[in-house]
Amino acid sequence: MSNEAEKGHHDDRHVSPNARLGLSLFGVYLTLYLGFVAIAAFKYEWFNLAAPGGVNLAIAYGMGLILVALLLAAVYMMFCKPEK
Amino acid sequence: MHYPASALSLVIFCLFVGAVLGLSFWLGSKAKSAKGYYAAHGQVGWFVNGIAFAGDYLSAASFLGICGMIAFYGFDGFLYSIGYLAGWIVALFVIAEPIKRLGKFTFADALDAQFHSRGIKVTAAISTLIVSLFYLIPQMVGAGALVTPLLGLDHHWGVIIVGIVVIFIVVTAGMVSTTWVQFIKGSLLVIFCTVLVIMILARGLQVGEKGQTQKLVIKADGSKFVHGEKQSATNDLTPTGRIISLPEKYKDGKTGPLGPFEYLAALQGSKVETYKLASETKTEESDKSITVTKTYEPERRDGLSLLMPGAYFKDIRPQPADAKDPWKEVKGKLNFFSLMLALFCGTAALPHILIRYYTVKDAASARKSTVVGIASIAFFYVLTLYLGLGAMTSGALPLDFKAEGNMAAPLLAKSFNPVLFAIISAIAFTTVLGTVSGLIMAASGAVAHDIMTNLLKVEMDDHAKVKAGKIAAVIVGVIAMALGIAFKNFNVTFLVGWAFNIAASANLPALVMLLFWKGTTRQGITTSITVGLISSLAWILLSADAYQNLYGYKDAAEAAKAALAPFNQPGIVTIPLAFLVLIVVSLLTKGGTRKTHRTSAEIAQSHA
Repeated sequence: MSNEAEKGHHDDRHVSPNARLGLSLFGVYLTLYLGFVAIAAFKYEWFNLAAPGGVNLAIAYGMGLILVALLLAAVYMMFCKPEK
Repeated sequence: MHYPASALSLVIFCLFVGAVLGLSFWLGSKAKSAKGYYAAHGQVGWFVNGIAFAGDYLSAASFLGICGMIAFYGFDGFLYSIGYLAGWIVALFVIAEPIKRLGKFTFADALDAQFHSRGIKVTAAISTLIVSLFYLIPQMVGAGALVTPLLGLDHHWGVIIVGIVVIFIVVTAGMVSTTWVQFIKGSLLVIFCTVLVIMILARGLQVGEKGQTQKLVIKADGSKFVHGEKQSATNDLTPTGRIISLPEKYKDGKTGPLGPFEYLAALQGSKVETYKLASETKTEESDKSITVTKTYEPERRDGLSLLMPGAYFKDIRPQPADAKDPWKEVKGKLNFFSLMLALFCGTAALPHILIRYYTVKDAASARKSTVVGIASIAFFYVLTLYLGLGAMTSGALPLDFKAEGNMAAPLLAKSFNPVLFAIISAIAFTTVLGTVSGLIMAASGAVAHDIMTNLLKVEMDDHAKVKAGKIAAVIVGVIAMALGIAFKNFNVTFLVGWAFNIAASANLPALVMLLFWKGTTRQGITTSITVGLISSLAWILLSADAYQNLYGYKDAAEAAKAALAPFNQPGIVTIPLAFLVLIVVSLLTKGGTRKTHRTSAEIAQSHA
């Protein structure tokens, strides 16, 4: 195997995990987002349920989606490997 | 409502615009070459760029539209906040890094990087142009809505002022200035909205007086009468937005200062009064002129239902068992799905967001920028909920959502004090300024760089390219001004929904497949963009919303009956359609071009 091919392989190991990490975090968020949309569409009355903090589930889930987006973004930045 | 101009607002407003412009000129003098003009030398720092992402994204639609929608419809406005932010997850986790590796200056270049195809360049440039124009319209309409309470000027003056200032910025400076303008604007917006939310929480909630039916009479010459007298600063409609009952534990009719969750919990147990346009009648006077009488009636609403979705997207709430049209609920739900999908997919596909990826030097910086952007945008969207609900209970809310809903946030600030009102209005105005300049940059880049060079085959040197970009900026700016005036009666969020649907249908499938599927061919990309663009545009123009607001159908029921599209938001059909078209066409044309395409991971490999 030539040097260049080895180098390419080595770099690939650094690039692919980042993309894979991104896609798995995307999957986590997508599931949560779909959950919210599904409640709105199919189990509307669940939004009435009381959530911690004295608010209803709609507010708690909505705020949660915003917070989780931020958390996942931070996780992504922390665990991404540098390219070089 | 009648809004007198204030000298203080005018002074603060001029100071803001002057300062922003001065800075833009100073920084712009550093950017002379074509690369400098379009991509700010690839040197803008990641933090500045991250806040500029927020500045770009938190447009007039976010600030004015969402606050207005929450103020009138509660949670449904917050759905936009959730959806707009979720879009960033797609941008960061799926698109951000691969596109940085592929890109040169524009969206079209990024798509074309592997194919060198004129077809891709031209279709992507046309799509950029159309999406930019659709996103420009609500910004311009927002500018008009801002200027009325701020300076006492008519709508069209707001549009003209923004148009001229922005053309000036883009023509004299370019991307460096717009990045810094966006940075300053993004920071100011978040800081002052935080101040406003702290004031809302400190004020808490208190019970106000119940309102009566109010009438506004508009004569043929445009003069307006309230209570039989001419409308003026002292004789006007009484603004609305009051708590009329609080939860039992607040016995003296006010809550005092509240924590963020306490505020929501208290509102949930309250009843709120807003107004609705109950009737609009036209009568013919003796001189044959038409007089319009608008009757506004108070509407008492349950706090809990305002903090759940369904006040605006009515059809997602379960229909009564004896509902006449069983399909109404299904269509309502599909429409809701479709909007949430378009918001989710639209962000990464907006051309003025993509162009910002090229202004940092590497993928790591692009990543950091996006995280900083997401953090500030997330924080801001949490604020929008309080701003909207604060406006709903401020006693300063206009009566008519369609005509004045966009003014809710500035008027909320006015209910606290006039200086804050002037500052917030000025920031909102620079918000419009910044977003519009970014969009005009993207659109003129598409015209000058892609259409001129690739379609018309005009050979241009560096200097000629910059000049062509500037001429294109002037033309796009003038078109945007004209559309901003023509669409003045449209709801801002409605228009933004259109832009997101078109961007998600036309651009996203091509972008995602190019980055992740080896089998993508240039024919696949060209067809997918074309089909996504045309199908979403056609769906929108054939929807009930268009029939009602564009083609003059009187009410929603009549428009829904006539409309050819089954529901308003096309995304749920047109986004998968564009994906499907890309896959089928790519499979059919596989032999010819496959060898030339490499995914972003392969490109990274070969660069090592």
